[in-house]
Amino acid sequence: MSHTQFCHLLVADLWVVRGGRTVLRSVSLQLDAGQLGEVTGSNGVGKSTLLRVIAGFLPPASGYASWNELGAKDPAPLAERVHYVGHLDGLKSALTARENLQFGLTLSGRARLPPREALDRVELAHVVDLPVGYLSAGQRRRVALARLLVADRPLWLLDEPLTALDRAARVMLMGIVADHLGRGGLVLAATHESLGLPGALELRLEAQ
Amino acid sequence: MTDTLLAVFYRDLVLSRRIGGGGSLAIIFFLGLVTIVPFAIGPDLNLLSRIGPAILWLGAFLATLLGLDRLFQADHEDGSLDQMLLSPAPLELVVLVKCLAHWCVTGLPLVILSPLFGLMLALNGPTLGGVTASLLVGTPALTFLGAIGAALTVTLRRGGLLLSILVVPLAVPVMIFSVSAASAAASGTVSFLTPFLILCALGLASFALAPIAAAAALRGAGE
Repeated sequence: MSHTQFCHLLVADLWVVRGGRTVLRSVSLQLDAGQLGEVTGSNGVGKSTLLRVIAGFLPPASGYASWNELGAKDPAPLAERVHYVGHLDGLKSALTARENLQFGLTLSGRARLPPREALDRVELAHVVDLPVGYLSAGQRRRVALARLLVADRPLWLLDEPLTALDRAARVMLMGIVADHLGRGGLVLAATHESLGLPGALELRLEAQ
Repeated sequence: MTDTLLAVFYRDLVLSRRIGGGGSLAIIFFLGLVTIVPFAIGPDLNLLSRIGPAILWLGAFLATLLGLDRLFQADHEDGSLDQMLLSPAPLELVVLVKCLAHWCVTGLPLVILSPLFGLMLALNGPTLGGVTASLLVGTPALTFLGAIGAALTVTLRRGGLLLSILVVPLAVPVMIFSVSAASAAASGTVSFLTPFLILCALGLASFALAPIAAAAALRGAGE
């Protein structure tokens, strides 16, 4: 199943104020189906904030982020189209990798790969039934990324996806992202290092 | 959506069983409190049986407060709360289900064990029945009211104390009517049903309203 070719993410004139400080000043962005966006900029410039506002965790002071699906009679809200992988991996240490992914699937709806296959894809087939608490930082990260494959959502918001990943895992992640783009998905990644995929749209945030 | 809510319920039960602490800790705390009271006030059986219902209720209240601070905090700390916000299931219902799971783990065992603990406070049969019935209706109300406090303090690292301060005033009506229901069952001169029905109403009102308040607090917690 591939995503509709006519969906896009529109961020228009977004201002974000946190703790009395303007973090984002008039950020605009358009991401079409099959496109990768890379948000770059120095530490503390508001990359994570931008992703969290788009995911709907934080309210913007003005402007908006919207999700459009041409041809859809009843477009779903943006939050229901988003996969978010942030600094916190959203995994329960006491649950096994499979249970965590199964829960992620039930929470998101729209199944794509079974948890077992998704873990296979991130080369973690050997730890399927191990509690996530026993895994290393990089392995936890991979389980969190496997969640992207378990439930089918078109827009992926990845906050520093390369953190804690080794060289092989980075290549694997690039493959997963490229697959998703090929299926008509959208990826917006906040990152210091480019994912190295051709045709990426760069959004550089400047310090205020 | 029902699947999602069932999954949240089941996950919270599994987590509390694997991590331990929460439920069994509350029961041991409850037992400890009930055990120490006869030592503190002396072996006067008449006095004990008169204040017994209040002691049981105070114990249940404190035991409920004990585990509440982790209700949402654990999910906030590891990012699970973000994932729940992205779910099509309304956050209000997720909160409701989390409260129910929490009550099944901490509140329900207290209700089941309270007749046993009541014996230690020299309560007679009708009083035991009255206290147990009032706990069955009242402890869910405490859990729901506590969820508001838990949601408001979700970002605070040591939110437990503030949570107690926030929840105590909200819990006063529940306390008044539950203890008066239990006392009515003991004396037999006043109707048991009147305070008990008001307690039921308080329970239903908190069931309906507290998840909305808690979900609003959780949405604002990111700011």
